[in-house]
Amino acid sequence: MSGLSWRRLWALCRKESYQIVRDPSSVLIAFILPVLLLFIFGFGVSLDASRMRIGIVNEDANAESQAFAEALYGSPYIDAVHGHSRREMIEWLRAGKVRGVVVLAPDFARRLAAGNATAPVSLLTDGAEPNTANFVAAYVQGAWLVWQNERARATGGAVATPIELTPRYWFNPSTVSRNYLVPGSIAVIMTIIGALLTSLVVAREWERGTMEALLSTPVTKAELLLSKILPYYLLGVVSMLICLAVTVWVLGVPFHGSLAVLLAVTSLFLGSALGLGLLISTLTRNQFNAAQAALNAAFLPATMLSGFAFEIASMPAPVRAVTYLIPARYFVSALQTLFQAGQIWPVLWRQMAFLLVSALFWLGLTALKTSRRLD
Amino acid sequence: MAAEMDDMIVAEGLEKRFAGLAEPAVSALSTVLRAGRITGLVGPDGAGKTTLMRMFAGLLAPTAGSLRVAGFDPVRSARDLHQVVGYMPQKFGLYEDLTVLENLVLYADLRDVTGAARTASFEQLLAFTDLARFTGRPAGKLSGGMKQKLGLACALLGQPKVLLLDEPSVGVDPISRRELWRMVNTLADDGMAVVWSTSYLDEAELCHEVRLMNGGRMAYDGTPAELARRMAGRSVQLRAIEGNRRQVLTRALRDSQVIDGVIQGRNVRLVLREAGQWPDLASLMAGAEAQLVEVTPRLEDAFIDLLGGGPGGESVLAQVMPSIRLPDGVSADAIIEARGLTRTFGDFTATDHVTFQVARGEIFGLLGPNGAGKSTTFKMMCGLLTPSAGDARVMGIDLKRSASQARQQLGYMAQKFSLYGKLSVAANLRFFSGVYGLRGEVQRAKIDEMVRVFALGPYLDTVPNDLPLGFKQRLALACALMHEPAILFLDEPTSGVDPVTRREFWTHINGLVEKGVTVMVTTHFMDEAEYCDRIALVYRGQMIAAGSPDELKARAASAELPDPTMEDAFIKLVAESDAAREGAL
Repeated sequence: MSGLSWRRLWALCRKESYQIVRDPSSVLIAFILPVLLLFIFGFGVSLDASRMRIGIVNEDANAESQAFAEALYGSPYIDAVHGHSRREMIEWLRAGKVRGVVVLAPDFARRLAAGNATAPVSLLTDGAEPNTANFVAAYVQGAWLVWQNERARATGGAVATPIELTPRYWFNPSTVSRNYLVPGSIAVIMTIIGALLTSLVVAREWERGTMEALLSTPVTKAELLLSKILPYYLLGVVSMLICLAVTVWVLGVPFHGSLAVLLAVTSLFLGSALGLGLLISTLTRNQFNAAQAALNAAFLPATMLSGFAFEIASMPAPVRAVTYLIPARYFVSALQTLFQAGQIWPVLWRQMAFLLVSALFWLGLTALKTSRRLD
Repeated sequence: MAAEMDDMIVAEGLEKRFAGLAEPAVSALSTVLRAGRITGLVGPDGAGKTTLMRMFAGLLAPTAGSLRVAGFDPVRSARDLHQVVGYMPQKFGLYEDLTVLENLVLYADLRDVTGAARTASFEQLLAFTDLARFTGRPAGKLSGGMKQKLGLACALLGQPKVLLLDEPSVGVDPISRRELWRMVNTLADDGMAVVWSTSYLDEAELCHEVRLMNGGRMAYDGTPAELARRMAGRSVQLRAIEGNRRQVLTRALRDSQVIDGVIQGRNVRLVLREAGQWPDLASLMAGAEAQLVEVTPRLEDAFIDLLGGGPGGESVLAQVMPSIRLPDGVSADAIIEARGLTRTFGDFTATDHVTFQVARGEIFGLLGPNGAGKSTTFKMMCGLLTPSAGDARVMGIDLKRSASQARQQLGYMAQKFSLYGKLSVAANLRFFSGVYGLRGEVQRAKIDEMVRVFALGPYLDTVPNDLPLGFKQRLALACALMHEPAILFLDEPTSGVDPVTRREFWTHINGLVEKGVTVMVTTHFMDEAEYCDRIALVYRGQMIAAGSPDELKARAASAELPDPTMEDAFIKLVAESDAAREGAL
């Protein structure tokens, strides 16, 4: 029953492309916004903390405590400032001028010399920012260990920590958060183009009455759906290529996968996003509601539950269960794999299978819910 | 058999219900629409016109009854139907980002009009609609009239047998409207069945046939002439009235012989219960010179008659409203005053040096097509928009300096009523009275009074979205009046409203004016203009003419048109303005 005339389909696709090109908001969403988001995630947001300012209060003031303080001043990760008193530094911590305060107690050298190796170093950090606080603690502890080793070596005594742990990070050797944040953010961008933009344009057709005019012509349901899917699919692919170029060439994020696999994964994900976007606009028929629905059903899950910024493993079990229903989760994982590790097929097959099922589900539901009539 | 061949749309017992609505949108509707005729589908907003149109176009499936359009079942043979039906939805269904030609090409492709047939029909349609000069212009940049013609051209591709036009004249100036009429007439002469839906009864008079709709039901099925014949001898005009014509109308409507009456400029038009049974002229107290003259019945007279007559002439509202006393120092001649009022948006001048004065107890109308600058002028007079140049004053208060003090003096009823659709009637009354500073006992008393006057009691817990249109209008008026303003601003108060509700509304307004309230109204509705004491004609941001309705009509009178309508006057004056501007260039 649902026939397909190539002329009608072509006419509708051409109309859609004119609209995309001539509507400043489409161009903005499809081309400018992705680059903007990439720059934000590439340069603005970083989960690595470097050169954190720490106040140092040396209450002992002898050679040993001075030496440890010097070690802190010399650390590349710490921007140490000299504090005159504990009280002053605590004020600074409160005011956010320093991220932590290291206090070397008056009996520092005596306790150190006593040989029980627990010199009274106290560290105060701002627990309101746990991530930063953890970093500060790790850096100071690291500095403490290094200093103790060097001291032991210099004095010829026993090395305090006999086993030296040397972590080596695979796939992202320098553990730069940009390298996994940026590929993940591409999933958010594809969600915006696939679901948000599509839901808006179809809802606009309903609002302006052009959908009614279209439905009164001999156009078929298949033509109507394809004419919405194909142009926005192409737009998504073009946008993906722009993202890839910016990511690799401007942001310097390495890409280890192949272009063909990236396009295949993107296509599967766009299937879900476009399906969801079309379904939303078919059900709401109004731009405002469509935007609200797309934001809640596609954009928020893609940012919060896809694991692109927030570790899924550290979410509570019920939330973790929900993430299995979010197509963006599989897309983020596939993108991060492709960018950082390359074609790891055991991982990719699984992600692609899930994305395919999800795309078929959303597109199928849309086809089911799309009617040739208004009621 | 020939007659049956001409039956293009045949409906029997047609019904359409929507989920969640108690009343069907269309019910028990049977009619036959023929080829070669323009059939006017006429009724107020919410009468079921669009639902019916959409069923004709195969876009809605009827809940019950049978329907055949051009021989096809619109639901089961939708594909065949779409080949032979041209449909222009409200707002014309054009892609605003696409040019005129791209819109045409799109619809030609969709309707399988290709090759030589396409070249020929484009040529013909562009000539027919006079759009050949604008093929490269985006549809969004066309005027209302040109959009309408392009929408028509798109609907005409593929030479449909049935042409469905849903409210084609909304947002279109009277001149373009007349042009469209000429085009549609040509199409009907060539054998097309044209269905034209409208809420303007004067438009319906021009159709070959009318189907009057009200509340989802067909109130009349036949020709306008037949309907007018029923009304023969029942429409009269009271002329040469001395004294207050509004009071004369009120007295006339008390007469049991009079079922309806409206003000027409200086005169009063009455509809009688029976032909020949004229009211007693003396009891109307219209002065020694006054005389009753029989006039040609209008469709609206018949519609009112079908609906069981008008609402009567007494305004309970006016009885409870106090007389307006002006504070010292406020001139009764200039309650509302605009001097050199100008507003520009970028390089576009929406209102261009508009000057007028409105006296106490006067109804002043701003008349003009959509986009002429009425609303901009209006918003400046309410203090909602700051003028770029010039002065706006109400009761002597400069709106630029003390807009909120000025706003306390005026009641404002916005287009489409602007009620809070999801708050109850009682909550709306409380909110609006509160906004205007009524508190405690005074507020309660005023709300009770409004509820009594407008009979809103049974609806206090209903939300306005579920109210019948007439009650919505009453509620909107109540909300604008609770603080007893000296000035009332009405923005397109009765467009799309059925004639009985419109009568009731104007009865209240006339009553308020008698109490000394000053009224300013914007409208594109010629009938409404007749209620005004004075009208300013706004066109392209400028006031091109001002005067009483009769003065304006007199300026359009000619040998072939001795008794022009308000619309004739409008068209004449706009054409003169266009000619003057072109001459100046």
